[in-house]
Amino acid sequence: MTTLSAPRGTSTLEPPRAVEVPSGGRWYAVRRQLVPWLFLIPGLGLAMLFKFGPMLEGVRMSFYKVQPFLGDEWLGLGNYATVVGDPRFIDALRHTLILAAGTTLGALVLGGLLALLMEGTSRRLWVVRTAVFLPVVTAVAVVAEVWRIILFPTETGFANQALGVLGLPAQQFLSDPSSALLWVMVVGIWTAAPYNMVIILAGLVGIDRVLYEAAAVDGITTRQRLRYIVLPALRPAISVVLTLAAIRALRIFTEVYVLTGGGPAGSTEVWMTRTFSLGFDANNLGVASAASVLLLIATLLLTVVARTLTRRKEA
Amino acid sequence: MSTVDDKLLARAGRRQTDSRFDSALGWQPGFRASNALRFGLCAIVLTIFALPFVLVLSGAFDAQTDSTSLRLTPAVPSLLPLETAISQGVLGYFANSLVIVGGGLVIQIAVAVLVSYALARHRFRGQAFVMLLFLMTMMLPEEIIAIPLSQVIGNVAGTGISLRGTPWGVILPVAVWGFSILVMTEFMKEIPLEIEEAARLDGVGELRMLWSIILPLCKPVLGVATIFGFMMIWDQYLLPLIAADTPDDYTLTVALSLLRTDARVGTGVLLVGALLALLPSLIIYLTMQRSLIRGIASGATKG
Repeated sequence: MTTLSAPRGTSTLEPPRAVEVPSGGRWYAVRRQLVPWLFLIPGLGLAMLFKFGPMLEGVRMSFYKVQPFLGDEWLGLGNYATVVGDPRFIDALRHTLILAAGTTLGALVLGGLLALLMEGTSRRLWVVRTAVFLPVVTAVAVVAEVWRIILFPTETGFANQALGVLGLPAQQFLSDPSSALLWVMVVGIWTAAPYNMVIILAGLVGIDRVLYEAAAVDGITTRQRLRYIVLPALRPAISVVLTLAAIRALRIFTEVYVLTGGGPAGSTEVWMTRTFSLGFDANNLGVASAASVLLLIATLLLTVVARTLTRRKEA
Repeated sequence: MSTVDDKLLARAGRRQTDSRFDSALGWQPGFRASNALRFGLCAIVLTIFALPFVLVLSGAFDAQTDSTSLRLTPAVPSLLPLETAISQGVLGYFANSLVIVGGGLVIQIAVAVLVSYALARHRFRGQAFVMLLFLMTMMLPEEIIAIPLSQVIGNVAGTGISLRGTPWGVILPVAVWGFSILVMTEFMKEIPLEIEEAARLDGVGELRMLWSIILPLCKPVLGVATIFGFMMIWDQYLLPLIAADTPDDYTLTVALSLLRTDARVGTGVLLVGALLALLPSLIIYLTMQRSLIRGIASGATKG
């Protein structure tokens, strides 16, 4: 019981006030152990019901042929074999990875350039930064709906009219199977770049100005300054950006679902849109669960990898 | 961008003779070629990132029937899209969204406060494991558990209670969010122990300790949790989609796909919906910008 009787915050002040003494030190220690759990009950209960419960149920369903009225039938790894053997899932995996890599890198580079361009104290820069940040606070579905209209593939579409002004030919954008994925990526970059801008801007502001002055004394050029002072100082910020993006990118759903619905001709189908249509349209819950479990495992692995890489850099 | 700006201003206030050292690229004030270039680039950037919002505003008040084109200013200024959108029940979807974001935010923050108080201000067996559990919920977003979650919403924990078609079907699954629990726990750990000890000497119980001692000190982190929680819930798409029983239960963001199918009135109706969906985000953003930037930037400086 001795380990229990040294709760944080009271150790230096014992014995407690007279009110608590009659019930004895033992009861007091037990109570100190019980109290935190009372505060944890709502959170733990909701997490069990709506996070871990569904997760376990999903793992269970992934091993069964799920039939609501006939009873489930054990399939072992059959559902997983179906997922891996499905060419549409393989295509979806390829699209997801291309989209993840392109959006992450594009948004990182653009976010970095925006931060370099708009670092400064003036009121005007603040106004521009505030406006540029709007895409981040806008719901993804709204962003996607608006871009779907802007990128309308006719001559009268806004983007095509803008291209016309610049003397460029009209594009099919999201309706052309060969370019649709690229345009989904462009919208993704447009949404994510301002967020990265703020992270990188915070990193830029944190750089000690003495370094710049010392480097100027040594006659360093701006390019060298970026290469040898700014870039190394931004490493933590960049690793945060990459970790966040990599985890989010794999489960991309809303953008694609609203912009293209996975089309045209499956050219933008990603892992989650394929899983969604299998689970909710085709009602093939077993296979869809197996695909979800695979996504969960991939996300967990990516998180662990990203965490270890970040830690190594800190050490 | 306030916190970043505060730092920038503090730096500018320091006796700094050479503005070449104020930014990474060494921007300097005054009329020079580099500033003309910077002005031009800022104008392009502003166009790319802000123009779509101007198009939404203009299109929402434009009665032209061409369903493809957008203009900077309405071709036929009118309230017709607004009236049509209202007749199509856009206010109902908006109300669904507000109920869900209001209820969800209150419960999400309440849960996070209670959990964080236990994790940050108490010591108990299994503490590290409990923290790990809550961190793991971040690995289980709605997308990954969508299929079984849809079943759970229809039959909670085998009790036969169905949340389908009620706001609870969206509110309860978003109530536990690892992010807000994490930032709040980290913040509460920083509160000095002396404050708590002094209160305990005065005989303050656990609930009053949380409510009148700890919570008032947590205002900054409550702001961060509020704006991030709002954005997280307002952004939900898959969850309201699977929790809905009929399209009447859709939130505004999901219902946009219903508004776009109406070809008679052009894109105006959809853009009215988009504008309505934008308004709360804008209000929250402009009033709580400081908290938002603080939340984003805290990750960057910690590494």
